[in-house]
Amino acid sequence: MIPPAAPARTIDAPSFSTSRFRAEREADWIAFDLLLTKLEKKGAAALTSDELLQLPLLYRATLSSLSIARATSLDKALLDHLEALSIRGYFLVYGVRESRWNRLRRFFLYDWPAAIRAVWKETVIISLIILLGALTSYSLVSSNPEWYFNFVDEEMSGGRDPRATAEYLQSTLGHGKAVAGESESGLHVFATYLFTHNSRVSILSFALGFAFGVPTMMLEYYQGIGLGAMMAVFAGKGLGYDFGGWLFIHGTTELFAAALSGAAGLRIGTAVVFPGARGRLQAASEAGRTAGKVMVGVIIMLFAAGLLEGFGRQLITDTLLRYAIGSLMLLFWLGYYYIPRREDVT
Amino acid sequence: MTAAAANAKSRAARAKKIRQFITPEGVDLELKIASSGLRFGALLIDLILIALALFLFSLAMLWVGFASQSDVTVVVWMLGAFVLRTFWFVGFELGSRAATPGKRIMGIRVVARDGGRLTADAVVARNLIRELELFLPLMMLGVGASEDMVSGWTMAAGILWSLTLSLFLLFNRDRMRMGDLIAGTWVVMAQRVKLDADIATSSAGEAMAFSESELAVYGIFELQELERVLRGNDPRAMREVADAIRAKIGRPVAEEDDVFLLSYYRQLKARLERKLLFGKRREDKYASD
Repeated sequence: MIPPAAPARTIDAPSFSTSRFRAEREADWIAFDLLLTKLEKKGAAALTSDELLQLPLLYRATLSSLSIARATSLDKALLDHLEALSIRGYFLVYGVRESRWNRLRRFFLYDWPAAIRAVWKETVIISLIILLGALTSYSLVSSNPEWYFNFVDEEMSGGRDPRATAEYLQSTLGHGKAVAGESESGLHVFATYLFTHNSRVSILSFALGFAFGVPTMMLEYYQGIGLGAMMAVFAGKGLGYDFGGWLFIHGTTELFAAALSGAAGLRIGTAVVFPGARGRLQAASEAGRTAGKVMVGVIIMLFAAGLLEGFGRQLITDTLLRYAIGSLMLLFWLGYYYIPRREDVT
Repeated sequence: MTAAAANAKSRAARAKKIRQFITPEGVDLELKIASSGLRFGALLIDLILIALALFLFSLAMLWVGFASQSDVTVVVWMLGAFVLRTFWFVGFELGSRAATPGKRIMGIRVVARDGGRLTADAVVARNLIRELELFLPLMMLGVGASEDMVSGWTMAAGILWSLTLSLFLLFNRDRMRMGDLIAGTWVVMAQRVKLDADIATSSAGEAMAFSESELAVYGIFELQELERVLRGNDPRAMREVADAIRAKIGRPVAEEDDVFLLSYYRQLKARLERKLLFGKRREDKYASD
């Protein structure tokens, strides 16, 4: 590869070698820069097949230039440029491996249910905690209704407390069209409000998980307590069956989502406390990725629950039908998550 | 502290920020961890942009709402605000540049700590935790202010506790947020650097010749500082530097500053690069030649 008749000057003046190196390679760097800009702006689909073939070649040429420059050149501007270009190129060349559509498809078909299956233990624990909270407050309130005011905020309950009459309670369940002063046109506003509110709460219960999962468990326990207290009030007035239907239609989806968000938080908490054979950081990041997938699913579930709560519950007043829809939703989620399927290998 | 020690210290501080990051081709990209100041600046820009977008969106919805007299706009507004708040960061960081507008302006980006590709679940995890880091201190403040029975000290303790979570990145050397820790990510420098002209090839560099002993006084650090001054092209800085070098090597003021500096730069660079090829890297003037 030695040029046969190199000018004598370049041999006794090595100062020219770095300048010549630059002059020879510069065209590649500029071409790579342009290609990357195009890729960033318009995506891989905009590149011609010729450009696609050029991409890895130019990338490798740039990396090799970087190595050579580091070993031979002291030109700071050149080194900085090559470094920045290589970093940019690396993340573009190795970063994009599948299209958005494929990503989405894989998420719904495989990743989402797989992540939910992976946190099944935590889901069971959180469900038990919610149940425990509900049982605690239920037994306390049914033995002494005064307890109710310790559990449920006066403003939140909207008059649904032990002092209310059975007729009033009945009306809040949406029988007889007198739905707490709301007209039907307000339903979608209500549904949206519920969705955004619940999403925020579940994001919080997930995010609190890293504090060893303790705040998450407390939050879920508290959710259970509110539920149990309310149930005790209605059951005490002989409305337990109707209240069940009122709750069931969206509650199966919403409570399932709440349990899953808690489970995601708990997953991170346990990974931090008991990392096992892995490093603590690695355990946390692995748990975090699973939990991230679960949380995207939780937000989608809460959206469905908001629709059911805002529209379904207010428009469907037949208790049996409410039970049927609630059970159907529960079966759907259980089937979607836990029925084993062949994993996508690609 | 002597100048030599200070120099070595600043170099060590810079080296501390560099993380080994080896590509499959075997080249170390030497990623630099973004400083907390840059991170905070990026966050501030993003928050301002979100607020601005929210304001414009609200105005538009208000206008549409008054025009149509329908409460569907309320739904659109609530959903839009929620999506904007929750998915602003996720949406941008999932893009090919893995950076929100604030991060782009600051020249930083998110990368996976293990060197693999940045996955969507990692981005989601790191940004949902942000919800907590940003709003927990505010919430504590709100709760403390609204409930009189909470004493000032309890409130202070609550805020302090939540601040330790929010300021977690100040307490570790990788500048990881809580969310970075859990998602397995880093935020690193990703500035774009323009390819500047090669000043060593310009014609003015041959005007003077320096002897070996005149060139032996400086190392790589001084060379690159000189390069910075030459590229900056500020006459006053050049005069100062030229005078300093002339005093050091004992030369009278005889030529134009830029001619003198360019020749000196070119010959010093040639000398140090020649030494580099023989495996001798002289970091600064304090190192032995």
